[in-house]
Amino acid sequence: MSFIVAFIWSFALWLVLTAGTNGMLWSLEELIAGIIFATIVGFSTRNIIGEKTQRFLNPIKWLGFIVYAVGPLFWGMAKANLDVAYRVVTGKIKPGIVRVPVDLENEAQYTILSNSITLTPGTLTVDACPEEKALYVHWIYVKEEEPKTSEPVAGSFEKWARRLGK
Amino acid sequence: MIESIIYVFLAISITFNLLGSFSLHRFPDVYTRLHGATKCTTFGTIFAVLAVVVHAIWQIRETGDPKYLQMALHSVVALIALMLTNPTGAHAIAKAAHLSGYKPAKAVIDAYERKLRGERA
Amino acid sequence: MIFTGFFYGAIAIALGAFITLIRIMLGPSVPDRVVGVDTLNTLIVAGMILLGAAYDRVIYIDIAIVYALLSYIGTLVIAKYLQGGLE
Repeated sequence: MSFIVAFIWSFALWLVLTAGTNGMLWSLEELIAGIIFATIVGFSTRNIIGEKTQRFLNPIKWLGFIVYAVGPLFWGMAKANLDVAYRVVTGKIKPGIVRVPVDLENEAQYTILSNSITLTPGTLTVDACPEEKALYVHWIYVKEEEPKTSEPVAGSFEKWARRLGK
Repeated sequence: MIESIIYVFLAISITFNLLGSFSLHRFPDVYTRLHGATKCTTFGTIFAVLAVVVHAIWQIRETGDPKYLQMALHSVVALIALMLTNPTGAHAIAKAAHLSGYKPAKAVIDAYERKLRGERA
Repeated sequence: MIFTGFFYGAIAIALGAFITLIRIMLGPSVPDRVVGVDTLNTLIVAGMILLGAAYDRVIYIDIAIVYALLSYIGTLVIAKYLQGGLE
């Protein structure tokens, strides 16, 4: 099963990278070479990629990722950049590392949430500890020294991460 | 019309990329510098890629050359690679800096230090 | 047709790269320099994409993809080295 997942991923990447070789489409040689190389890659990475990755082949999940990236994540990044611009100009900072308790189940959710936190206003993940269900977040302007939920740090991102990484 | 859209995207991109490099000089320590560097350069690169994609779509409609389709798709792939790897790299640098003993300057609270001490004690 | 706006964009990003280079030279500690190198990598990827559009060469953008992935691995290796091995 993990072989099929790796094969589909590498073949899709090959198709994206070689589009436009025959008009706007693919020439036959490129398709055959793509199948050969995707087989090699899928065979050699079948033990690394894990069993549970097939849940990322679900197209509804992909729609969710695209909506997430264009909507809340992009808006959060725009706010984050204006915030950093304000701090660069005025130099007004009050940094600190806070412990943020989160309620997530698997590692994909932790990855999504910590990457989102790094790209959004004033926060940067220093370490994730799944065993004590907490993230350590560097905050450039500390508003609360011991937050009880992730709401003051990450806004609605925890809900999104829980839904997308399920 | 399309040229002015491209110029606006390029101006936003240049502004934020330069802001990211200035923030390296403005902030006092590693962690606050990482804030400026990661966010601003990622956002600036998004707009650089948007400018290239708009240019490529315009050229496809003008000339119909498949080279411009490749240009748009490849720059989107470069952007996705950058957006997945940049925050992870920043996280790795922050953790490594803290574990190798660089304390955050002017910090009002350092919960991570407390956790590391608690494990050692 | 060559669109001249991308040249100015690439020149401005090269200016940002020089400002980052000053931080890499000054940087009092090793993590400061690593942050500078990480920023420089991202700026080089952006500049390479703009140069590829300016010169109408798709191969520059391919190089930008490979550079983004390889520089990430370099950053991770330096970070692992700083924190003292693969613990």
